[in-house]
Amino acid sequence: MPGFDFSNYNRNAALHAKGVPLPKATSTGTTIVGCIYDNGVVIAADTRATSGPIVADKNCEKLHYIAPKIWCAGAGTAADTEFTTALISSNVELHSLSTGRDPRVITCMTMLKQHLFRYQGHIGAYLVVAGVDPTGVGLYTVHAHGSTDKLPYVTMGSGSLAAMSVFESMWQPDLDKEGAIKLCAEAIKAGIFNDLGSGSNVDVCVIEKDKPTQMLRNYEKPNERGQKERNYRFPRGTTAWLNQKIISKDDMKKFVTIQTLSGDDNLAAGEKMEVDA
Amino acid sequence: MTSLLDHSRGETVGYSFSQSTAAPVRQHGFYPYTDNGGSTLGITGSDFAILAGDTRSTSGYNINSRMVPKVFKIGGEDETGEGAHIILSVVGFAADGNALKERLDAVVKMYKYQHGKSMSVSACAQRLSTILYGKRFFPYYVHAILAGLDEEGKGALYSYDPVGSYEREQCRAAGAAASLIMPFLDNQVNFKNQYIPGSGEGHALEQKKAEPLPQETVKQLVRDAFTSAVERHIEVGDHLQVMIITSNGIEEVFHPLKKD
Repeated sequence: MPGFDFSNYNRNAALHAKGVPLPKATSTGTTIVGCIYDNGVVIAADTRATSGPIVADKNCEKLHYIAPKIWCAGAGTAADTEFTTALISSNVELHSLSTGRDPRVITCMTMLKQHLFRYQGHIGAYLVVAGVDPTGVGLYTVHAHGSTDKLPYVTMGSGSLAAMSVFESMWQPDLDKEGAIKLCAEAIKAGIFNDLGSGSNVDVCVIEKDKPTQMLRNYEKPNERGQKERNYRFPRGTTAWLNQKIISKDDMKKFVTIQTLSGDDNLAAGEKMEVDA
Repeated sequence: MTSLLDHSRGETVGYSFSQSTAAPVRQHGFYPYTDNGGSTLGITGSDFAILAGDTRSTSGYNINSRMVPKVFKIGGEDETGEGAHIILSVVGFAADGNALKERLDAVVKMYKYQHGKSMSVSACAQRLSTILYGKRFFPYYVHAILAGLDEEGKGALYSYDPVGSYEREQCRAAGAAASLIMPFLDNQVNFKNQYIPGSGEGHALEQKKAEPLPQETVKQLVRDAFTSAVERHIEVGDHLQVMIITSNGIEEVFHPLKKD
């Protein structure tokens, strides 16, 4: 069955009425921006994910792939931005295969707004859609309730006011690629330093006509953690334990088949998950 | 005249649903408190006490100021706090914190004028509790920490809840990141959950004993506690204000913290 599973709806509504709080979703209280230039478009984002006043992820990715030349920056509920962009990315690819044409930004934006409008704002995705297609350069914002905007420079998220103040004071109609990247990074930094919901690093994505898309992950890192002053390694045996049980590989072989992989990390199959320092 | 069908009780008749159709009574409210974020921390040693706090003032996702100190000298001779021998940190609602600091400062000064001697830290601690409880039903919305040197010259630290319950402690973290810093302090100052390797088996394993730490170690712990709190709490940052009280007086230093 396609779509969302609502089978727990009545139970949860009853629970909520009795005072059980709603589960807290990781919200990317974010700064995201986009800006067009003579031959393409730049989008950028900060990398902080929060859960209330706590930083959930110091270096998360808010720039999502939709198609090779269409990318999306997401603010709002982290899971909603991730799944919505993944779903639309999938449908955009199928649509492109069926029509035999390169996907268009406006198509993608329409699919997003129709999907979000259908869910009446309950899918908390606030997006900046940008890309280059046969009709030219496209840059749009899409709100969770389904409204959209088409502008030469856009900002979204909790840091949108800080970022927009940079655009409103420094944007010019004749920006080149380098100028647009610099301006977007500056706008994100305004969010990082002046909005508590945004922080850490600047991610940038550049989409240009007749050129491969450049994903500049951690384009700027203005918030590196300093060295700790003390060493917090505990001597072996510091932690108390009451009993121990050692399970050897030979014991495990009685229940499962064991296949030993090469020790080389680079040969391990599949994409590795990024691990925080 | 009384009708047999009395509908004046406000019960809805003829509808399958039970909700009242009258508009609910609207009540206008004024909430006098705000949370200005930030965090404070105090640790004592054998001959000193340290109070530290970040200098960021927030409201919601906004930064009001990057330099609003939370640690104050109490009972000094002038506005610079010269000659003070007690320090106070307040975190929570900044306006109440300021009012509380002003009140305690006046009390400590009046004590000196009236008695011809400066107030002891233990007396000041008791007085602060009385001040806080005096507003039991409209509290100062703050978590206060008071520090100085006791009669024996040892570091003294007192921590308070908003309505005056207080206790002398070795260390205490308060404010937004208290839940992040306090467990670190338990482990690194009082050596909680640390055992002496090889001192015994199972329940016989010996706990590492807590003892007063040297000043330099405490300073490092304070700075590490704050740089780490800044990493994971959005309301903590900008600058770290540290006040160290010894028999030589009060030393105040500022360190930079991350500004994102």
